[in-house]
Amino acid sequence: MLRVSSSRDLWAGLIYLAIGAAGLWFGWAYPMGTAGRMGSGYFPKVLAALLIGFGVLGVMRSVTIESPAITPISWRPLVLVLLACMLFALLLEPAGFIVATAVFGLTCAAASQQFKLDLMSLLGLAALITVCALVFVVGLGIPMPLVGPWLEPAVSLLPFKR
Amino acid sequence: MDIFANLWLGLSVAVTPINLWWCLVGCFLGTAIGVLPGLGPTATIAMLLPATFALEPVSALIMMAGIFYGAQYGGSTTAILVNLPGEVTSVVTALDGYKMARQGAAGRALAAAAISSFFAGTVCTVLIALFAPPISEMAGQFGPAEYFSLMVLGLVAAVVLANGSVFHALAMIVLGLFLGSVGTDVTSGTQRYAFGYPDLADGLNFVVVAMGIFGIAEIISNLEEGGDTELEVAPVKGLMPTREDWSRMIPSMLRGTTIGALLGVLPGAGGAMASFAAYAFEKKASKNGHLLGTGVIEGIASPEAANNAGAQMSFVPMLTLGLPANPVMALMIGAMIVKNIVPGPTVMTAEPALFWGLIASMWVGNAMLLALNLPLIGIWVRMIQVPYRYLFPMIAVFCAIGVFSLSNTVFDLYIMVAFGLFGYVLKKLGCEPAPMLFGFVLGAAMEEYLRRTLLISHGDPSVLVTRPISAALLGLSAICLALILLPAFRKTRAEAA
Repeated sequence: MLRVSSSRDLWAGLIYLAIGAAGLWFGWAYPMGTAGRMGSGYFPKVLAALLIGFGVLGVMRSVTIESPAITPISWRPLVLVLLACMLFALLLEPAGFIVATAVFGLTCAAASQQFKLDLMSLLGLAALITVCALVFVVGLGIPMPLVGPWLEPAVSLLPFKR
Repeated sequence: MDIFANLWLGLSVAVTPINLWWCLVGCFLGTAIGVLPGLGPTATIAMLLPATFALEPVSALIMMAGIFYGAQYGGSTTAILVNLPGEVTSVVTALDGYKMARQGAAGRALAAAAISSFFAGTVCTVLIALFAPPISEMAGQFGPAEYFSLMVLGLVAAVVLANGSVFHALAMIVLGLFLGSVGTDVTSGTQRYAFGYPDLADGLNFVVVAMGIFGIAEIISNLEEGGDTELEVAPVKGLMPTREDWSRMIPSMLRGTTIGALLGVLPGAGGAMASFAAYAFEKKASKNGHLLGTGVIEGIASPEAANNAGAQMSFVPMLTLGLPANPVMALMIGAMIVKNIVPGPTVMTAEPALFWGLIASMWVGNAMLLALNLPLIGIWVRMIQVPYRYLFPMIAVFCAIGVFSLSNTVFDLYIMVAFGLFGYVLKKLGCEPAPMLFGFVLGAAMEEYLRRTLLISHGDPSVLVTRPISAALLGLSAICLALILLPAFRKTRAEAA
């Protein structure tokens, strides 16, 4: 019975295998051409095949060499930081930069174990949003709406004209 | 002498007010991030890249270079004052530096670090000016076959000298090259792996990839290491080195500079290996060698000179051959490509003002750091104490805005998230992601050169080994790979890592 002594190599090998296989699968239709006149599929498919080779070797290594166990995944930062970025991407255009950055900053900050929602952090977040809005949106003119269409009705109720 | 005319041209570019300003900004930012925990030069430059697209190419490169060597200075400051090396390159500086600080000599230790770095920076500016032109000229004669082999050598050498598993580093290079083929194929115009997304037609943007891996993934793994700890900062007083300090420092500085300059040109070695080697050599060569580790000035002067020399010299392969010696150089190559400058030997002849301006700016920047660092020590000390929990949401916000601004599309943000996840997984599995970035940056060019080589030879790959220069380059790559399999070399490499 084979025993996996390096789970790092096992997983890395499987990742190489998967990417290599996907490369061949999705690139199947790209023309190979000949070595003298390479088609668009030649270079990527050779690399994909090499990756499969590395994958196989990696899986083989996983039973022959020893390596330290994989440290446990810390789900809180992983999920919250990635989620924060996704929320920013989702909210930026419909809700606008101000809301998107506020949600982003808060979700992201919650990833820290020492996160607590106090006045100082909120003031810091407000300062960050203001500085970014002034520098990037107003100053550098990056086309991000400060207030998106979702909030237009609310803004139009304000007693001053924008 | 040509070298003086060239350096003069460079200085005339570097000291224009606008370039002086960006050099200062770069040095200041570099020192700041070198001091700040959990934020390195690679992530910072990746974050600032979109903003630099608005600048003249030479100003942009001058600023990025400033960030890179400024971070070395900042890293040593934290190493000395709180025993926390801000960058890998200052790990050994902490050994004697922190001891000196504890003995009440923090000021002299900081001064020794700054002066040694400045000395090494000055020597290396001259060395680059001397050696870059002949290397460029030689490489200018290269045909596609030689270029292809040169890139193979560059990638292999980067693996051999980097730390971590060689097997996975090689796999990462192949993966990077493969990811580089996403997008429209230049020759035939067909789209590869775009899956019908128009955003992928131009390929994956390397800034997005770098930001995911060095920005987002880095944040996640930093948070994993637990919370902030209270730091005890040694008080700083008496900055001037004594006469005895000078006479002990100078030989160490010279030794460190030599070792750093030699190791720095090798891809992948850069500052870290240089400072380790210099420290080890100092133990044997210095008459106070036996005291190293107890808080002596030689233990700071030598590795600090070496890491700065190594950092400066790592510009040589980038400027002359278009090969990245470390991730920062890969980002600078990427920035040149964005600015329609073809990295490689043609830069020197096609863009002499940029080439010499950048080199001269390094000397100007080193002088600025020497002037900036010591008087501003109070600011740096305060910066060390900024808790990471306030810092990382800001870093993340800047990353996201930077990525969005590249092509004003949220699509790139999702790609960044994907690479953030991938980068974290790689870190968990002990796979160093830097080689992937090298492969990714060089992928398109390598495919192009291979195509041309084989087109000229009618599909016969043997030209790669029958043309003498190409054969020599491939031979060197093979030797590098063979070396790493030798047990003795493996052991030294593991010790250095």
